[in-house]
Amino acid sequence: MINFHYSRASDVADAVQQIRADPAAKFIAGGTNLLDLMKEDVERPSLLIDITRLPLKTVGETAGGGVRIGALVPNSDFSYHPLIEQRYPVVSSAIRAGASQQLRNMASTGGNLLQRTRCAYFYDTVTPCNKRTPGSGCSAINGINRGHAILGTSEACIATHPSDMCVALLALEATVHVAGPKGERAIAIADFHRLPGDTPQRDTNLDRDEIIIAIELPAQGFAKNYTYLKIRDRLSYAFALVSVAVGLEMDGGTIRQARLALGGVAHKPWRDFAAEAALNGQVASPETFRRAADVLLRDAKGFAHNTFKIELARQAAMRALTQAANGTPQSQSNKKIA
Amino acid sequence: MTQNNTVAKTRNNISVALVVNGTGQRFSVAPWTTLLDALRDQLDLTGTKKGCDHGQCGACTVLVDGRRVNSCLTLVVMKDGAEVTTIEGLAPSGGLHPLQQAFIDHDAFQCGYCTPGQICSAAGLIAEGKAKTDDEIRELMSGNLCRCAAYPNIVAAIRQAMSVMVEKP
Ligand SMILES: Cc1cc2nc3c(=O)[nH]c(=O)nc-3n(C[C@H](O)[C@H](O)[C@H](O)COP(=O)(O)OP(=O)(O)OC[C@H]3O[C@@H](n4cnc5c(N)ncnc54)[C@H](O)[C@@H]3O)c2cc1C
Ligand code: SF4
Ligand code: FES
Ligand code: FES
Repeated sequence: MINFHYSRASDVADAVQQIRADPAAKFIAGGTNLLDLMKEDVERPSLLIDITRLPLKTVGETAGGGVRIGALVPNSDFSYHPLIEQRYPVVSSAIRAGASQQLRNMASTGGNLLQRTRCAYFYDTVTPCNKRTPGSGCSAINGINRGHAILGTSEACIATHPSDMCVALLALEATVHVAGPKGERAIAIADFHRLPGDTPQRDTNLDRDEIIIAIELPAQGFAKNYTYLKIRDRLSYAFALVSVAVGLEMDGGTIRQARLALGGVAHKPWRDFAAEAALNGQVASPETFRRAADVLLRDAKGFAHNTFKIELARQAAMRALTQAANGTPQSQSNKKIA
Repeated sequence: MTQNNTVAKTRNNISVALVVNGTGQRFSVAPWTTLLDALRDQLDLTGTKKGCDHGQCGACTVLVDGRRVNSCLTLVVMKDGAEVTTIEGLAPSGGLHPLQQAFIDHDAFQCGYCTPGQICSAAGLIAEGKAKTDDEIRELMSGNLCRCAAYPNIVAAIRQAMSVMVEKP
């Protein structure tokens, strides 16, 4: 790890002030992604601004009937919070599907949103990578790309976003609250992460002098009919090949409103209104689910080693829709897929 | 313990106060020192192991303010004022912690390299109180790899310690 300066932010305004003053500075929260990347020399900040003493650690109900989670709430506390377990079980479940309990104790809500891709070339500083070194090329497109994206890719980058939590947040239409030099603003989770296009070095639409202060979940939590289904190479403690978050509002056997988001398939958590439209107002049946999954994956494109992910995603989406409609969400400890 | 809520930008060593295994310590570290390296190299507590140094194996697991964390991804300067418990400090002086006894009873290791991390992690797991079934123990212990694959015995040991500790905490 390179040598760097360290400072502790005294409040949110001070944090913003400090990051503006040094273009090579970074915030550090749980450190579970940043320190890992610094040990690999992928990130080389001049200064780490420790934000962990800022008062962004509470979970509370909002006037609008939603719940607001501070950016420094650890992933484990977020997942086990009674309000989240009762009202947003798909978020609890998605968080528990990721990393390990030690890491979830350390990882923050804000840091989880900003974790970087696990593309092996991004980590390997001797190979070209447009995300790490813009303009150097993408080693994955013609390389080992078994884990890479099948939707929304570009010539410049085919990496995936690794977060589980963010897939559930997208399905629930969460909002990200941030503070910057011009004050606070709110970003819809769907607009937070970016597709690679020709600027894969930018993962999100957060400006570098902005700090995440909270995320907010709206009132509708789809707590009755939901699931988070994660498919990976081993049963725990591995990143998703494909994951699916589903929330359904049911009226008997008919779907009144559907939410469907995929993880592990694109540069951002993936949601497609056309696929949800194919579910809304329809009877919950294998035919309906197949039609929606086909719509969801209509533009999917594989590379040399990852075409299997297209059918895997289709099957996972159908299975997850079945689990949600039946009210039998995937358990994150008993690994049998219901 | 004393702790400053603000630290001005510096690249020099920073004086940090920690309570390690019940004893207050004040020492000076460079900003880039991990808790794992400080425990092993500065405090001579070599029970905590370095496996991967990247959060992937759990060998470095210790308790910070009662919660299990990976010490390899923890900067000491960020933990100023914290209480740290390592394998050396888990048991009351002289004795064995119920988890240590259970790991012996169940032969829950071969080489033993992962064991301090497994035991600290299990102590965290029991304190969290979320694991009731074997499936839940397995899932919530998945952050601790064992290359000798002592997993079935580790689960049995944790189950035993859990029942002993629930009876008389
Ligand atoms: C072995 C391993 C396995 C993992 N498996 C999974 C998995 O299966 N699923 C999954 O979803 N995740 C997984 N993770 C990733 C983990 O979830 C992330 O590392 C974690 O969520 C990052 O949070 P943090 O607080 O530690 O971030 P940090 O490392 O502290 O920061 C990450 C980035 O966010 C920035 N940042 C942090 N907080 C803020 C803020 N409030 N405002 C602005 N910028 C901020 C930092 O500057 C940095 O660039 C795994 C990690 C490891 C090491
Ligand atoms: S897929 Fe993206 S992150 Fe991976 S090598 Fe290509 S440019 Fe880099
Ligand atoms: S040494 Fe820390 S997790 Fe492997
Ligand atoms: S006992 Fe050898 S690694 Fe677990």
